[in-house]
Amino acid sequence: MIEVRKLVKRFGLKTVLRGMDFHVEPGEFVALIGPNGAGKTTFLRILASLARPSMGEVQIAGFQLPAQAAAVRRRLGVVSHQPLLYADLTAEENLTFYARMYGLHNIEKRIAAVLEMIGLTNRRRDLVRTYSRGMQQRLAIGRAVLHDPEVMLFDEPYTGLDQDASAMLDDVLRTVAARGRTVVMTSHDLARAEDLATRFDVLSRGVIAASATHEDLGKDNLLSFYKKALAGS
Amino acid sequence: MSKPQITDPGLSTAETPAAADQRPATNYLRAIGAVAWKDLAAELRSRELLSAMLVFALLVILIFNFALELDVKTRTSVTAGVLWVTFAFAGTLGLNRSMAIEKDRGCLDGLLLAPVDRSAIYFGKVISNLVFMLIVEIIVLPAYSVLYNTNLFQPGLMGVILLGSVGYTAVGTLLSTMSVQARTRDVLLPILLFPVVLPILIAAVKASSGFLQGAEMTAIMPWLNLLIGYDVIFTAIAFMVFDYVVEE
Repeated sequence: MIEVRKLVKRFGLKTVLRGMDFHVEPGEFVALIGPNGAGKTTFLRILASLARPSMGEVQIAGFQLPAQAAAVRRRLGVVSHQPLLYADLTAEENLTFYARMYGLHNIEKRIAAVLEMIGLTNRRRDLVRTYSRGMQQRLAIGRAVLHDPEVMLFDEPYTGLDQDASAMLDDVLRTVAARGRTVVMTSHDLARAEDLATRFDVLSRGVIAASATHEDLGKDNLLSFYKKALAGS
Repeated sequence: MSKPQITDPGLSTAETPAAADQRPATNYLRAIGAVAWKDLAAELRSRELLSAMLVFALLVILIFNFALELDVKTRTSVTAGVLWVTFAFAGTLGLNRSMAIEKDRGCLDGLLLAPVDRSAIYFGKVISNLVFMLIVEIIVLPAYSVLYNTNLFQPGLMGVILLGSVGYTAVGTLLSTMSVQARTRDVLLPILLFPVVLPILIAAVKASSGFLQGAEMTAIMPWLNLLIGYDVIFTAIAFMVFDYVVEE
């Protein structure tokens, strides 16, 4: 589903990604973990076609980036720590706007289904500026799943969420994974990553330093695997 | 607030992405309309942008009115200049704010994630910026007429204002997209914008002045042609480069 070869990203003289290889099968849930500055967000921005690779190949769902970026974006849902919502529009208006941007049909029906899923039906006509951080993040997830994407990218989605909102996000992530969607999530929350993901990739100094599934971890927990990976990189 | 019920959202009945890929033209036009609709709806609620532009524009013509104290003949000759200085400065405020809203709340990324050619975002923003500028002009013109005792309601002048505003917002939207990435965006936009729109401001002032002073069409036509040419060329350039401007 996602195929990345020899990916390099430079910002001026600074090289963030140094020939990174990455591969994700359809339906896999990959947690991308790593220290601050490892290049996790940059990598996700390249997958989301928000940044151009300096070198290397990126292919998602059989489409090449950046040449076939529009086709890739149609198959992607992105949730970041920023909700990407308009504070002066209501929840319903925000979703209507994004539904039009994605060229969707049956907009009202789909928005009603999404609002029900994220538990915001009763607040659908309230301005987003009146929402708590947790509610905004729920709506951000609703925005990202509105077009039923094949691949979902989550960039630190738990940032700033309280326990209830985090638990709700856990449920949404499980629902997305259970529906066979491919998920790549960056997170500093190793316990959550271990609970949700099927594979763990450690990104350090611009390359994947180690990769493991639950079976590979064995008796180790993710934290000790992560520490070993960083020590060896 | 109701407790979230996590169930299948019922989206599996959604149209396949491949089918949606087959309608690029329809999707493109819908996206342009969506961006313009979103900007107008948000502005209708907050009135942040229009109120700032309007107050600024009305203050400028009021200050010019007291500062110049002109006789009737001189008044007619400076009208075009005063009007376009007012529109240009008020327009800069609007352009800056319009892109800052997208950047500050991270919404620019949301727009860029849409599966359409990114020039659709540009054209949507141009339409909304143009509407804001025209609303300000529609309010400023009668206020100016009353303060300066000058009749500005001439079809020729209206045409020039429309052409000038189209060119100004076409260039301004592109440059504000560039300047919004910088920390000094408020200062940067006028520095980038005014040298580039200088030809359009000169042509607009000359053509407006021609209509106000009753000049012959042969004298006005070169300036109108310059305005039309500038509008077409810069819209085409913006269409071609917008994707590179917004991508990291």
